Amino acid sequence: MNLTVVVLFLLIVAMTLAITYYAAKRTNTANEFYTAGGGLTGWQNGLAISGDYLSAASFLGIAGAIALSGFDGFLFSIGYLVAYLVVLFIVAEPLRNLGKYTLADMINSRFDAKKVRATAALNTITIVIFYMIAQLVGAGALIKLLFGIDYWLAVLIVGVMMTVYVLFGGMTATSWVQIIKAVLLMLGTIIISFLVLSRFHFNIFEMFSTMKTATPLGEAYLNPGVKYKVPLDTLSLMIALVFGTAGLPHILMRFFTVRDAKTARSSVIWATWIVGIFYVMTIFLGFGAAAFVGADVIQASNAAGNMAAPLLAKVLGGDILMSFVSAVAFATILAVVAGLVLSGASAFAHDIYGQIIKKGKASEKEQMLAAKYASLGVSVFSILLALFAQNLNVAFLVSLAFCVAASANLPVIIFTIYWKRFNTAGAMTGMISGLVSALILVAISPSVISPVEGAALFTGNPIFPLTNPALLSVPIGFIGSIIGTLVSSKQDAKRYAEVKVKANTGYREPLS
Amino acid sequence: MGKTVQKSNRMKGNGEDFEKMVRSSQFNELMAAKKKFLVPSIIIFLGLYLLFPILISYTNALDKIAIGDISWAWVYALLLFVMTWVMATIYMKKSAVFDRMAEKVWKDEELERREAK
Repeated sequence: MNLTVVVLFLLIVAMTLAITYYAAKRTNTANEFYTAGGGLTGWQNGLAISGDYLSAASFLGIAGAIALSGFDGFLFSIGYLVAYLVVLFIVAEPLRNLGKYTLADMINSRFDAKKVRATAALNTITIVIFYMIAQLVGAGALIKLLFGIDYWLAVLIVGVMMTVYVLFGGMTATSWVQIIKAVLLMLGTIIISFLVLSRFHFNIFEMFSTMKTATPLGEAYLNPGVKYKVPLDTLSLMIALVFGTAGLPHILMRFFTVRDAKTARSSVIWATWIVGIFYVMTIFLGFGAAAFVGADVIQASNAAGNMAAPLLAKVLGGDILMSFVSAVAFATILAVVAGLVLSGASAFAHDIYGQIIKKGKASEKEQMLAAKYASLGVSVFSILLALFAQNLNVAFLVSLAFCVAASANLPVIIFTIYWKRFNTAGAMTGMISGLVSALILVAISPSVISPVEGAALFTGNPIFPLTNPALLSVPIGFIGSIIGTLVSSKQDAKRYAEVKVKANTGYREPLS
Repeated sequence: MGKTVQKSNRMKGNGEDFEKMVRSSQFNELMAAKKKFLVPSIIIFLGLYLLFPILISYTNALDKIAIGDISWAWVYALLLFVMTWVMATIYMKKSAVFDRMAEKVWKDEELERREAK
């Protein structure tokens, strides 16, 4: 660990704690805790969405994947971006118009059933926990590599920081940590991209020509098929990516931080540009690392390629740039896990405690206390899980989280807004069949059972051939919703009229 | 406590007849306009997006060189980026019209309710 990295690291810690201090003063009610008072502007929320979304898996993971497997690594970038059209066209505005703090609020705007809310909360919690374990275990390993500290200490540092942000500063602190992280991440990525391009004389054609011979893969590096050799698996992965984003609770929660559907829309547009430009630059990061660091050096440091971007920074800009990139990676991790803690806490404190146990009659003070206890609980539980999961291969948990989001959440979100006939039974069967099918199919997939010892949790032959189950589980979620709806004869046209009007026009305070 | 009461009132509404609103011609025009834009857009972007993994996994069509040493697979991938930005921008423009129509739905409702009083 050199001095620059320590200084930058402490600078980020100090800056985010200062934000939390100011945010804490403005966080006195449950509304302020969950939505930052609903006063974020479009560009602020757009940056915060980007900060919430671009995880270390995006930054370090994709850079490494492109460095090591060329074109196939870039597939993630495409899926992660196009997914925003689903968010923009189908989900963002109705969600803002119908919901208050959580996804379950939005679904329950149509069904006043406790079981629906409880199941929606369960889905949120499941997704948050999978995503969180993947992030924390990844963070521990990365920080260990970047700063040379022990795994347990690294997990603890990240864990304590995220707890402090959320516990004291709620959504306000979380949003601003995410905004700052997005700015730092874009800055770091632009600097590296510029340096990489300068080595190719700012000529894209020269870059591609060089890459044709620069890696051990030869020409295959630039073509599809290096990493993903099973066609259905590729398709399944792409389905999970494009439909998953619109069902991720920590992303959906961000739409409650703006005042109306119009601002929700403009924040998605901002996010689409920021996230898109970032993902285009992952090409330069990956190519640069492959050409100037080399696959052997990258893999020697971390087999999955996660060190590609920091190592590239070192080659291009020496220790100072590498320290900066490491600090950016640290900020990246913090912003994502803080968003996760907040959405997990909202499911426990607002949905389960506030709405189900207290039937929506909890006082302001009780709501705040519950939110804080829940944040603390989610944090401690995740930290403990991450400490025990150190040696497990948990990288698949991120795509599992996307898959659960796509299979269990998205069908019900879509039907709640757009299908007149949809009812409580359909919402239940949809959410449960999506969740259960995603979980079971992953449990018997090559991600969990692999014939290669140590490659997955168990050794053996997988029963289900695809590593990503979205190809099956997403249709199961939709079909489950449809069957449940049709089996039950219930239908509430009056309630749907209200949902339809509000979802599509917003809700206005009366003029008088 | 007062705040909580106010909020629950707001959630219940102010006596709007939503069933009537759903049947109103203003609202149906809005829904038709939205549908006219959204349904084809969604089909196009999902179609182009899902066609991509199918083309690269099952065929070699995109392995051919487009320009320099850049193959069609890269060109297609980058076009998906451009598509996302273009569609988002078009939606932004279109939705200004939707917003005005939605405003009209509520104004009419307001007016009718006042007349009824």
